[in-house]
Amino acid sequence: MIKHIRRFLAALVLLAPAAFANEGGIALDKAPVNLRDVEGLQRGAQTFANYCLSCHGAMNMRFNRLQALGLTEEQIKKNLMFTTDKVGDQMRIAMPAADAKAWFGATPPDLSVIARSRGADWLYTYLRTFYRDDTRPTGWNNLAFDKVGMPHVLWELQGIQEAEYKTVKNHETGKEEHHLEGLKLVKPGLLTSIAEDGKYDQREFDKRVGELVSYLVFVSEPGQVKREQIGYAVLLFLLFVLVPLTYLLKKEYWRDIH
Amino acid sequence: MSDQQVDNSKRRFLLLATSGAGAVAVGSVAIPFVASFLPSERAKAAGAPVEVDISKVELGQKINVEWRGKPVWVVKRTPEMIANLAKNDPILVDPKSESSDQPEYCRNEGRSRKPDIWVAVGVCTHLGCSPTFRPELAPADLGPEWRGGFYCPCHGSKFDLAGRVLKNVPAPINLVIPPYKFLSDSTIIVGDDK
Amino acid sequence: MSKLEQIGKDTLQWVDDRFPLTALWKEHVSEYYAPKNFNFWYFFGSLALLVLVIQIVTGIFLTMNYKPDGNLIPGTNVSVAFASVEYIMRDVGGGWVIRYMHSTGASMFFVVVYLHMFRGLIYGSYQKPRELVWIFGMLIFLCLMAEAFLGYLLPWGQMSFWGAQVIVNLFASVPVIGPDLSEFIRGDFVVSDATLNRFFALHVIAVPLILLALVVAHLIALHEVGSNNPDGVEIKKNKDPATGIPLDGIPFHPYYTVKDVFGVAVFLVVFTTIVFFLPNVFGYFLEDNNFIPADPLKTPPHIAPVWYFTPFYAILRAIPSFLGTQVWGVLGMGAGVVVIAFLPWLDRSKVKSIRYRPTIFKVLLGLFLVAFIGLGILGALPPTGPRTTLSQIFSVMYFGFFLGMPYFSTLGKTLPVPERVTDTNGKRQLHFVFWMLVAIIGSAVFTALIQHI
Repeated sequence: MIKHIRRFLAALVLLAPAAFANEGGIALDKAPVNLRDVEGLQRGAQTFANYCLSCHGAMNMRFNRLQALGLTEEQIKKNLMFTTDKVGDQMRIAMPAADAKAWFGATPPDLSVIARSRGADWLYTYLRTFYRDDTRPTGWNNLAFDKVGMPHVLWELQGIQEAEYKTVKNHETGKEEHHLEGLKLVKPGLLTSIAEDGKYDQREFDKRVGELVSYLVFVSEPGQVKREQIGYAVLLFLLFVLVPLTYLLKKEYWRDIH
Repeated sequence: MSDQQVDNSKRRFLLLATSGAGAVAVGSVAIPFVASFLPSERAKAAGAPVEVDISKVELGQKINVEWRGKPVWVVKRTPEMIANLAKNDPILVDPKSESSDQPEYCRNEGRSRKPDIWVAVGVCTHLGCSPTFRPELAPADLGPEWRGGFYCPCHGSKFDLAGRVLKNVPAPINLVIPPYKFLSDSTIIVGDDK
Repeated sequence: MSKLEQIGKDTLQWVDDRFPLTALWKEHVSEYYAPKNFNFWYFFGSLALLVLVIQIVTGIFLTMNYKPDGNLIPGTNVSVAFASVEYIMRDVGGGWVIRYMHSTGASMFFVVVYLHMFRGLIYGSYQKPRELVWIFGMLIFLCLMAEAFLGYLLPWGQMSFWGAQVIVNLFASVPVIGPDLSEFIRGDFVVSDATLNRFFALHVIAVPLILLALVVAHLIALHEVGSNNPDGVEIKKNKDPATGIPLDGIPFHPYYTVKDVFGVAVFLVVFTTIVFFLPNVFGYFLEDNNFIPADPLKTPPHIAPVWYFTPFYAILRAIPSFLGTQVWGVLGMGAGVVVIAFLPWLDRSKVKSIRYRPTIFKVLLGLFLVAFIGLGILGALPPTGPRTTLSQIFSVMYFGFFLGMPYFSTLGKTLPVPERVTDTNGKRQLHFVFWMLVAIIGSAVFTALIQHI
């Protein structure tokens, strides 16, 4: 029953433009976002600083905002800041956008609000579905973002995935076509392993990416946890104080009428 | 109609309670609006403590650094300058810095952590101009009693080399000393003393 | 009488001798007699006023930190304007609440105004002698649309930019002067910094001034003729011979002030839930793509206007271009708004309220609602063949309702209208709840059905 209600609600919100962001793309995996897991967010921040921050800025985000994740200014300076030495500074990159465009073909987008435009699920899927493709200039392609300009920066963690194709005969043209069926890990990375029987384990890597995505969600609105906390107080006040009082007042006055 | 109900205690109570709750609501809503007038995170970041290398300051000279958008002076005072400070006491408004603005550790004769290195906010306490550095003794324009100090070009306020204001000038109190501390013998940090 | 009260009284007298403060208060509040049978539909007028105040106050504070500058910050591909919104969201104390209040307020304004207009429609509030109240209301609605459109450019995200691009290009379809006109509006060959600056000026001062003046006119006109009510009975017809006060009227203050305060409290529950828990409202109030900085070289795959424009946008897309111009769609969209203003003259029924209208009117009104909501849903989706056909059917239904009204409003047998207003009864409320559920479930089913066509 609950499932039906949820489906019904989902149908209600399907109208949202968000539903079309990925129209025609692959099904997105649910990102394990947890904004209250401080340690996970700290690891996410570290991954971000090590792998993202050299090409992507988060120019609206100040380093000292990471104190919300339980980090001290000293820790932030020592572990996460490579381009600047002031904790009040924003997460900017040294590379000017124009140069980046010349080098990569596209300017790496600023990541301050990327989780709000792309959505956590897309980021989670995207970061985990890079595969070898020799036809691409970087040697990498991506399931969620076909012909992406960005290389697989997390490859040393994940290892190398290759695409698996299925040959299908097109009944109209009579020709054989290759359809991408899925990805297979062919070389393990630091956080993945391949057993002898060919089965592979990516759970550690998935967890790390999940933490990175959680961190990006945090960066997209650092005050969101506080926002909800304030929201509960406001709602409690309205529901249990203001609404009942104004209702009783109205009722009391309206006894005069009729 | 409402006149006959004025002494209805229930109505009065509800009116009062609702007004109270409404006042709480309006007051709470005002918080973010008032907060938005305070210095933002950007302003705070720009006003963050600054490190100053003082090894290059020559004896008897002054350097300027910017902290929170204001000029901060660092003067390396000579032994003679330090010795002259006490002689100024009779002509000063507040020689003991009792009603002036400085951290507790600078409420002393030289208004500094160490006698030779003197740090101050270079803004006149009168109307906010930045005084000029006049370290020389008894120049023609400042008179025979001048033992080195600062002269504000705007309205003629005078301060000695500890930033203490002289009598009979517009400025009411001594120059402000910012919080600062020594990171090493050659480096200080302005804006942070913890 | 205490001394303090005496001082207060003297001060008031001093003012009253020079300015009709007490007289104004009496005329418009404490001795403005409103029908005693208002139901919940009558909350939305005062709520619209509340949202207007919220928008003005939060807007003033936003301008203190927002920068209408479309130029890129050196070395980045993010504009000053876009970054200043994020600056408000992160660095300004309380900035995020103020911004979310403003963005939520924009949508909630349309929620309450649409409900307010629908109230007028079902109770015939536009009928004689309230034609001018309705006209002023329609002008307010137009201003509101302009205000929302202008304001939506300011965050300078992808949807801001391309939404403005599309709407401004509508003017290019005007014969002969079109291309020059759209260039004139933009102040450039594309939507640019010049456009952003003039939209900012119009959004923060020009349109709000007109809006405020119109709100005053709306209220003065209303208080001149008196409020309608769910029975559509003129309460001024039955006055107490001694006092001249309508028998079914009660002073606005304190009775409707306390009632509206309760309405405000309930509204705030909804409003704060959105502000604190769902500021995006699944991409309806704040669209996902608008968190991408404006890029004049890259159109997002799907552009839809914000939800409150979608019914009219769907009409625009439903009308094909012919005779070598696409101006017809633009005219159709404009007509879709303007036609509402003519309701006082289109409706020729003897009765005002839906309570005493014949069944045929109720059925047609229901169909109109289906068309309007259907257009709203279709306007948010990318167009496909079947969807366009549906939009065309709904557009015909939409205009058919208005243009056919002079005819069908005289059909059927009306119920006798009582002399005096009636009490609200529980059965009617249940009816309403039932129809609300039908509308919501219908919309959901409809949305799900057209997903795949």
